[in-house]
Parts: sequence; structure tokens; C-alpha cells
Amino acid sequence: MSKRTIIPFGPQHPVLPEPIHLDLIVEDEKVVEAVPSIGFIHRGLEKLVDKRDFLDYVFVAERICGICSFTHGMSYCIAVEEVMNLPVPERALALRTFWAEIGRIHSHLLWLGLMADAFGFESLFMHTWRLREKVLDIYEETTGGRVIFNVCKPGGIRRDVTDEKMRDYAKVLNDLEPEIREINNVFMNDKTVHHRMCGVGVLSAADALKLGCVGPVLRATGVAQDMRHLNYAWYSQVNWKPATRTAGDCQARCEVRIDEIYQAIDIVRQIAGKMPAGEIACKVPGTPNGEYFVRTEQPRGEAVYYIKANGARNLVRFRIRTPTFANIPALVKALQGCDLADVPVLALTIDPCISCTER
Amino acid sequence: MSFFGMTKILLTSLFRRPATRLYPFEVRAPYPATRGSIGITVEKCILCGICMKKCPAMAIQVDKPSRRWAIDRLRCVACNYCVDVCPTKCLTMKPEYAAPTVTRDTEPFTIPPPAPKPAAG
Ligand code: SF4
Ligand code: SF4
Repeated sequence: MSKRTIIPFGPQHPVLPEPIHLDLIVEDEKVVEAVPSIGFIHRGLEKLVDKRDFLDYVFVAERICGICSFTHGMSYCIAVEEVMNLPVPERALALRTFWAEIGRIHSHLLWLGLMADAFGFESLFMHTWRLREKVLDIYEETTGGRVIFNVCKPGGIRRDVTDEKMRDYAKVLNDLEPEIREINNVFMNDKTVHHRMCGVGVLSAADALKLGCVGPVLRATGVAQDMRHLNYAWYSQVNWKPATRTAGDCQARCEVRIDEIYQAIDIVRQIAGKMPAGEIACKVPGTPNGEYFVRTEQPRGEAVYYIKANGARNLVRFRIRTPTFANIPALVKALQGCDLADVPVLALTIDPCISCTER
Repeated sequence: MSFFGMTKILLTSLFRRPATRLYPFEVRAPYPATRGSIGITVEKCILCGICMKKCPAMAIQVDKPSRRWAIDRLRCVACNYCVDVCPTKCLTMKPEYAAPTVTRDTEPFTIPPPAPKPAAG
């Protein structure tokens, strides 16, 4: 039997800008076990909820993650609104859906770029991010920020987008779609890409469900679970279907995300075509009292928000389960038996966002 | 399956203008909606301190006795909340970012005393 060696992966590793540590127990070049440790960037944001007014906390909630920031802020607002039974205007819901889907496009393009970078395809990485820039411009033009948007507030949103502008953005995305398709073709069909991703890190649907996987990692195994089905925001008003694949390997996860980009573009198109008129925010009378669970679909998967309030200006308890946290057990499982050289690519396919995992 | 899927994209971009700007020489104009930095119209401020209380980053200091309103630009997260809550609407969000600095200073503004009410008659 060959000798077992422990190779540390992270917390500083070129493939991940964020700190997660894996102890890889390897035999020859094969990983037999991976032991994760997290907790390098815990910020205590959940605790901060009892120091800040519940209306101000949305600014903190958005900063949990720098990529799904919009959905984080929105999930918090939904939780507060449900506790307080606020009649959120339909226009606000439509715009929230718009921003959430723009976020999905930008997050998936970011991930595709990082993925190309991870397997050493630099030009593909640059071109993917070139396209992402146009999506970030839409964000900046509508919300004022590229990464942190501060447009959601309990009761609605803080900035309006005119119907005309909405149609313009749908057109920008329409024009962008062929370019995105061109880039995505490389991910779907290029031999160099397949070489690194096909058959790597295969996860069966049964394992994925047992380990509590969420998001594209789960959908790549063939399980069509998507929290947008719960019809929060305006998802009941648009037509869409969860993207799935059945292979369960890295390539399947990549393809699910690619499909979701097109789907998000289509959702934006639908919203731009039927923007409801009216107010963008309702009054927030009094303080929240009660508790609520929200489940939303972030680009990385399902996030669970729990808030508990007792009628004071500060919430009593706030808890978030982020998608990466749910996907780490699956990552550990998928790492067993893979080649050492495949570890960076595999670790990246769960789209890890460590800062939101550790909050 | 292909080997040269990127070739067309690469060849086109070879003959295209660069996607990036030559930054210090060519600066992109900000969007009107960009949240850059906070500006204050000192004449309108009544030193009520609401902006200081509401600022989530605790970037604003208001001192009524010395009539001083100060902002720590490195703390400010450009959330626009102070602009929303200011009762006299004297704060504005400018689309230009604050100038880079190497020290952590607050930028003070002196609020002029309110103009005396014009005498009747
Ligand atoms: S800037 Fe506005 S909110 Fe702040 S002290 Fe002056 S008047 Fe009050
Ligand atoms: S923009 Fe936000 S962080 Fe900046 S001073 Fe105003 S309230 Fe504070």
C-alpha cells in the first residue's frame, strides 16, 4: 500500500480568493479523504442584528456577500415584510426580480470566468469578464453601485427604474446574448474544457439529496429543486423552468449555470414587457413582532433566512444558512477518489462563497 | 466537440478596439445614479443630528455647540441613507468618488449660523 500524505489546500490558494482550508489526505496522486475547516473570516453579522435598528440592518444584510448581495438584502426584507404583513407594491416586487436575475447573470459569468482561470484558460476568463462588465453597468446605472446596491428596503425598494429604461436593459441583454452564447459554446464544446470537467467529481442524485446539496450542484444531478418555485418576489408572474442536467459532474454544473444565464435573460425580457405601474414602496408602521423563515434561490443555491422579533426596534435573532455551507459536505464527498490536480477545479464547481458561509 | 472554439473570438478581438480604457488618461464618466460621495449644503443644515444617528457606518459626526458637521469618507459606505433621512434635504449623493487619501481624516464643515429673521416692516 502506498504511503498516505496530508497536503494542505488553502486557506490561501490561487484558485480561491476566499479562505477555506482543506486537509487533503492523498495516496499517490489520489485524494482519499478531505477534511474541511472553516471559520477564518467570521464577522459576527448575525449578532449585529441586536445592535441595529431593523430598518438599518438591511445595509448589513446586503454586505454578507459581495456577489449575491442583492438577494441577501431582498431575503432580509421579505422576512421583515412577512412578519409585519406589509403590502409590498407590485412594481417593487417586479424590480426586485429584475435585479435578482441580473445578479444571477453576473454571478454565473463571474463563476464561468473563474472556472476558466482555474483550468488555465486565461483568454476565456478575460472574455467572460468582459461580458460581465456590461451587466455590472446595468446595475450601476439602476442602483448606483456595482457590487453593493442598497436598493431594497423593508416595504419595497428605494429607487425606481422607468419602463422605458427597463426595455432598454432587456435590449442590452438581448444584444449581449449572442456574445454570451459564443463564449458559452467554448465551455460546452471545447475539448480542453471537457478534458478538465467531464467525469470529474461525479455526485449521484441520491448522495446530493442525502448531503443536503442546493442550487446548481443539486440540479446538475437531475433534481429540479429551485426555491424560485416558492414564488417570492414576482416569480409567479414569469415563465421559467429549473435548468437541470443528469450527469452530476463538473461539466453538468457548468452547463446548469450556463442555462440559467439564458433563463435569467428571458425572465428580464418578460418583466420588461409587463412592468406593473404604481408605487415602489409602502409605509412601514411600527415594529416587527414574530418570526419567519424565508427560503430564496441565490445564484449559488438556496439560502435560508430566519428572523425573530419581539416588537422592539432591534430584532432578537437572525440566522442565515447560505448555499455554500450546504454544499461543503457534497464537496468533501466528491473530493474522495479524485486526482490531486483536479481539486482546485472541483472545489470551484460548488461556486464557494466563503465570506457568506461564515457571515 | 472542437479544439479551436476560441479562435474566432480571439481573432475578432485582435482587430477590435481594446475592451478596457487606458485608465489614468481616459476616465469613464460616472452614471448620474452612481453613489460616489456625500456632499452637504452647509447653509441648509440645522444640525439636528439625524444623519449621525442613522448612518449605519457611523461615518458622520455632528456637534451642535461648535456648529461642526464632519464626515469620515473612508468609513462612509455610500448607502444614501443619510440623504434619505435628512429633514432639510441638505445632503446630496454626488456621482464622483471622493479623492484618494493616505490618512484617515474626517472632513469637517462649519455650519454657518442661521440667517437672522428679517425684521418686520
Ligand atoms: S445634515 Fe441633515 S440630518 Fe444631518 S444634521 Fe444637518 S440637517 Fe440634520
Ligand atoms: S451614505 Fe451611508 S455610510 Fe455614508 S455617511 Fe450617509 S448614511 Fe453614512
